[in-house]
Amino acid sequence: MSTIAEMPSGPGDKVLSAQSTFRSVMNAMARPASVQRIAALADAPAPMTPAMAAIALTLFDHDTPLWLDAQIAESPDVPRWLKFHTGAPVVHDCGMAAFALIADGGRLPALENFAFGSVDYPDRSTTVIVQAESLNAGCAYELRGPGIKGTATLQATIKPADLFEQLRINEVLFPRGIDTILVADDAVVAIPRTTRLITKGS
Amino acid sequence: MSSPAYNFAYLDEQTKRMVRRALLKAIAIPGYQVPFASREMPMPYGWGTGGVQVTAAIIGPADVLKVIDQGSDDTTNAVSIRKFFVKTAGVAATTATEDATIIQTRHRIPERALGEHQVLVYQVPIPEPLRFLEPRETETRRMHALAEYGLMHVKLYEDIAKFGHIATAYDYPVKVNDRYVMDPSPTPKFDNPKMDNCAAIQLFGAGTEKRIYAIPPYTKVVSLDFEDHPFVPYRFNAPCELCGSEDSYLDEIVTDDKGGRMFVCSDSDYCEGRQAAGHTGSLISAPYKERAARG
Amino acid sequence: MYVAAKGGERAIENAHRLLAHERRGDKNVAELRLDQISEQLSLAVDRVMSEGSLFDRELAALAIKQARGDLIEAIFLVRAFRTTLPRFGSAEPINTGDMRVQRRISATFKDVPGGQILGPTFDYTHRLLDPALEQGFIPEEPAITEAADLSTPCITDILGSDGLIEPSPQGAEITGDLTRDPLRFPAAHDVRLQNLARGDEGFLLAMAYSNVRGYFRSHPFAGEIRFGEVEVEFFAEDAGLTVPLGSIELTECQMVNKFNGSAKEAPRFTRGYGLSFGHSERKTMSMALVDRSLRARELGEDVVAPAQDEEFIMSHSDNVQAAGFVEHLKLPHYVDFQSELGLVRKLRQEFADANEALLVEEAAE
Repeated sequence: MSTIAEMPSGPGDKVLSAQSTFRSVMNAMARPASVQRIAALADAPAPMTPAMAAIALTLFDHDTPLWLDAQIAESPDVPRWLKFHTGAPVVHDCGMAAFALIADGGRLPALENFAFGSVDYPDRSTTVIVQAESLNAGCAYELRGPGIKGTATLQATIKPADLFEQLRINEVLFPRGIDTILVADDAVVAIPRTTRLITKGS
Repeated sequence: MSSPAYNFAYLDEQTKRMVRRALLKAIAIPGYQVPFASREMPMPYGWGTGGVQVTAAIIGPADVLKVIDQGSDDTTNAVSIRKFFVKTAGVAATTATEDATIIQTRHRIPERALGEHQVLVYQVPIPEPLRFLEPRETETRRMHALAEYGLMHVKLYEDIAKFGHIATAYDYPVKVNDRYVMDPSPTPKFDNPKMDNCAAIQLFGAGTEKRIYAIPPYTKVVSLDFEDHPFVPYRFNAPCELCGSEDSYLDEIVTDDKGGRMFVCSDSDYCEGRQAAGHTGSLISAPYKERAARG
Repeated sequence: MYVAAKGGERAIENAHRLLAHERRGDKNVAELRLDQISEQLSLAVDRVMSEGSLFDRELAALAIKQARGDLIEAIFLVRAFRTTLPRFGSAEPINTGDMRVQRRISATFKDVPGGQILGPTFDYTHRLLDPALEQGFIPEEPAITEAADLSTPCITDILGSDGLIEPSPQGAEITGDLTRDPLRFPAAHDVRLQNLARGDEGFLLAMAYSNVRGYFRSHPFAGEIRFGEVEVEFFAEDAGLTVPLGSIELTECQMVNKFNGSAKEAPRFTRGYGLSFGHSERKTMSMALVDRSLRARELGEDVVAPAQDEEFIMSHSDNVQAAGFVEHLKLPHYVDFQSELGLVRKLRQEFADANEALLVEEAAE
């Protein structure tokens, strides 16, 4: 008659790691373009980076269908690692996915393929997580929208290079749309569907 | 019979993940009510279970928690919720608004402007601003989907036709980011302007009705009104009798059975802070420290 | 001199201390044991298990003791504990046709295969207070005969073989769970049944009553009510086999309702279903009636009564939700009240000014 809660397990306390990772992602989503840090990085087989792995452990479970890009799906260990640690089902139709994991942004499917949610339930949309090369150097993106005081600039090296142009579909879709999370090293940046690109530098 | 063991911050990890996912979508779609599988909590529905689930899903050991009800840290329900988190998450608690990283509130927004390091968690009884105009969820969901808010404007306009102004004193509807009409929770309309362009993250949890919604920082929040009948926040026109504040929301205290009344700040931390800084109201001649020692 | 009220924390502690004292009552009276509650207030335990949706007699008895006999409070305690339990999976569907019945009656046929079994029931007792119970006594041993080897098939299956009643609906492949997924309307049948199974007995009773009394008549007959033990089994995926978990007591009610048919469908009987933990015929009969009335949309009936209204029933059936929300009005609301006071004062002033202006106008005329 006792409950087996998911109790801390050794030094890598998964309860507290999930909490701190979530706060980083939440702050990122609430303050688009700001770079948040993930302190509790998780070891994962390549090509999944420790930051993406930490987010996976924090947000995925039986209730979150995942879509994996070819590089991840075809890696020998990542699908098994995800299944073992999160139990999340993998789907082949990215329109069914709660989360899409993109290791190779160069081969990101057209965004129309992901779930946008419905006007009644716009929350039933895919969150696309993309591994970027850098979130502190590269092209300068000037952004505005809820969560940003005036405008903010993100310096990043992202594939696909025209990601922000593609995300313009969010303008006409709203309240439906795609929310994007970018990760690189221990950095995480979120681009929710309300964020708009003003200018793109070099 | 072995005694039950509970997780950090009470909720199990699966529930936290579910609440966390709902929070991310809520932030991404400002003002939209995300359905979530609200759990039974160890306090009754309607007593802040939504706010408690949101706080439990975000809180960590480094957080400093403040809980207020009616603006005060010392009201019984605020005390009860604060103790719950101190017990289940071992976090530090404070009554000082500026020291808190998470503020859970019922019915008020603190007077002191919130900062970027803060999250304000609202307890919400009825999240649907259209509920009392249309009781059916199937209908109200459709209205939100189409941004069809005519019914709300008709209601407000009927007020104006009947009373000469909008007769809603609290729970006053707002429009978020020019799209969703949202219920600010039963805060007095005095507090509505604080929601606009706020530096802190604002999260709303409705446990009974199983909805979570949010306002990201620096987001436009407008109280519904008409050009010829603009929104006017209400405040009793008097200074606080304890701290002399002329711009804070006031509680009316009945002092005797002969019609005696006095007006003091509803935000107890704000009032005490001002008194500590030497501000006084009409009632106070003795210096603050001396009174504090007595009472 | 006014000082803002302090001491909420101590007030709460003292209140809890007093509550514990009151719960115990006169200390010269022996403390209740959980087995006494479980054995002698067994129907209270059954209700707390059903509406708490957790089959655990010991915990339910503890909850009843802790709640001082307030069953809705006890249900709340059980629910708040249940919600923290991890899920390992779902049991295999139980087969109530294989129930070891203690009671089994049908109002639709004089006799049925397997027989009518009256079992332990308040029915036909005269409701006269029994002074003998004041002291208590050892009751006579129950009359026992050899268990009949007859099977007790479900009455609705007997009707079903003639096509006179609609077939039993096929279960969903994955059963919904409203404690894990937010409720959406229109709700699927499995989720509706879950809502009713957890629903307040009094609420369902009133809704069922309104239904049979005239707010949408569904022409119901108690096809069958049975109470007894059934086996619960679990398919262990890793071991690849079905393992028995034990047996539980259940009450099942199948209502049979006349359906006059529509342009597309021939007249026949339709079903309403009720199921609860332990022994609760009032609950399962009410549930079955409301289940049937909520199928209005599916059967093309006009929705004209509250018992047919899915949103109305499902949004208000849960007593833990309802009690919490109604009782939250006890919490302080003075900030909002203050705002309303200000508004009412202003409206009154405007009313007085307008009247005065009118008087002045009239006087001038």
